[in-house]
Amino acid sequence: MRRRRWPLLTVLAFGYAFLYVPILLLIIYSFNESRLVTVWTGFSTKWYVELFRNEQLLDAAWLSVRIAAVNATLAVVLGTLAANALVRHRNFRGRTGFELLLTAPLVMPDVIIGLSLLLLFVAMQETIGWPDGRGFTTITIAHVTFSMAYVAVVVRARLSQMDRSLEEAAMDLGARPLRVYLTITLPLIAPALLSGWLLAFTLSLDDLVIASFVAGPGSTTLPMVIYSSVRMGVSPQINALATIIVAVVTLAVVIAGISMRRGREAR
Amino acid sequence: MPAPPPNISVRNRRTSRLVNIGIPYFWLGLFFLLPFVIVLQISVAEPALAQPPYTALWQWVDEGLLRIEINLRNFMMVAQDDLYLSALLNSLQVAFICTLLCLLLGYPMAYAIATSPERWRIILLMLIVLPFWTSFLIRVYAWIGILKSNGLLNDLLLWSGLIDTPLAILHTQTAIYIGVVYSYLPFMILPLYANLTRLDLSLLEAAADLGCRPMRAFLRVTLPLSMAGIVAGSMLVFIPVVGEFVIPDLLGGPDSLMVGKLLWTEFFSNKDWPLASALAIMLLALLVVPFVMMQRLQQRMEGSRP
Repeated sequence: MRRRRWPLLTVLAFGYAFLYVPILLLIIYSFNESRLVTVWTGFSTKWYVELFRNEQLLDAAWLSVRIAAVNATLAVVLGTLAANALVRHRNFRGRTGFELLLTAPLVMPDVIIGLSLLLLFVAMQETIGWPDGRGFTTITIAHVTFSMAYVAVVVRARLSQMDRSLEEAAMDLGARPLRVYLTITLPLIAPALLSGWLLAFTLSLDDLVIASFVAGPGSTTLPMVIYSSVRMGVSPQINALATIIVAVVTLAVVIAGISMRRGREAR
Repeated sequence: MPAPPPNISVRNRRTSRLVNIGIPYFWLGLFFLLPFVIVLQISVAEPALAQPPYTALWQWVDEGLLRIEINLRNFMMVAQDDLYLSALLNSLQVAFICTLLCLLLGYPMAYAIATSPERWRIILLMLIVLPFWTSFLIRVYAWIGILKSNGLLNDLLLWSGLIDTPLAILHTQTAIYIGVVYSYLPFMILPLYANLTRLDLSLLEAAADLGCRPMRAFLRVTLPLSMAGIVAGSMLVFIPVVGEFVIPDLLGGPDSLMVGKLLWTEFFSNKDWPLASALAIMLLALLVVPFVMMQRLQQRMEGSRP
């Protein structure tokens, strides 16, 4: 069935231009000498030098990376348990409520999650004395709460597509369920666990609103530093930071793509 | 599954149930459900010059008497002050228009990707997801440099002679529309793509064989079959956008107030925690209907899956 495709392809091209032109402009102007982001005065890498001398920003970035790593690990554990529950235990009492609780964080506006968690932490501190103050722990708990839902979506899709004959064979040979899960199921869903981990890591690294609510004095994350500098107006250092992030992400995606292709060819 | 003795398997199954269901349920109950109860409680409290800055809902007065005070001041303020009402309405309007714009741009894109040759698909899809992995805040920031009065868009338009004086786009509602569509477009495209690739193309061929024109076949066959994807994508855009903070804060102006930004201001600038809580409750109430719609649809799709 042949049909004219050019109108569709025009929209597609426009869409990609819309998605990528702003990012390209950010990258180009990160090498601009002038502080005014829109006037090109000459090539320079001085904003990168300034970026790496910005102690406040580097400290915040280090804090964000640590929170993101702890968050991603916890979120993968909890999200995988939740996915197991949904795929392996088809009918249990409270399943609808369970699914509701697991879907809601995906769409719930950040301001609501942030405000409600802060009020919870304050109330908990008043009644049981924990958490004592706010910072690393409270931000991590908040991030796990919404990112485990994303992990559950990814792992659930993989689990429900999985071929279960290997597991059944192992069971028939007398292996215990936990052993079957650890030696057969987990390796089979490992790609989903990895992409879930990366997704949770990125979500945490990217969050401004929720972290702002549940952070305490002395726990400034990277998005908070970016936000306060962006509010002051356009700043070429942020362009330099954007360029570095885009470069890292693109590199990771290309490596993942190549290794996936190799894996497929090897099979 | 024959092998394992029944008593072990029953015990294992119970343990597995306890761990897999119990732990995530406990976590979400404590850190997602319980907080809403507290928000509701504080939304009927009064602000106070104290730490934390609100009055207690209940307190023991002498001789074991429990006094409960419920104060509807915050909801009255929200209902009576035009500022809050117009912010709520404007948030709904922005979310609705942006969902429509995302659909108008996202549907043809998802369709084009889904019908492109197989080896192209994965790359095209990757290019949709890629921006999502870079910082959301920085992507919104990129538009400040483009839209401001001496920004790149105005430079381009002035240079091309299309306009004589710079357009004021930044800090208007239009800037919010652009920013939202830009940030949320992938959330529309992905569920649509997933839906369209599962579509049975032989139905379209049958329609064509029977002499149906392409446009008619699209309207009568493809569009109804992709309704699930349309609803899923629309909800993924609509619900979070109603409470969006970053985009109205960085790109919007005084005439384009949204409830997420208002809640933020009440909380951080005015330190009125009870009023912020009341706004959160109103916002939640607005989102319940679309959320239940989305949930229903998801369960129905699961039921129909083989």
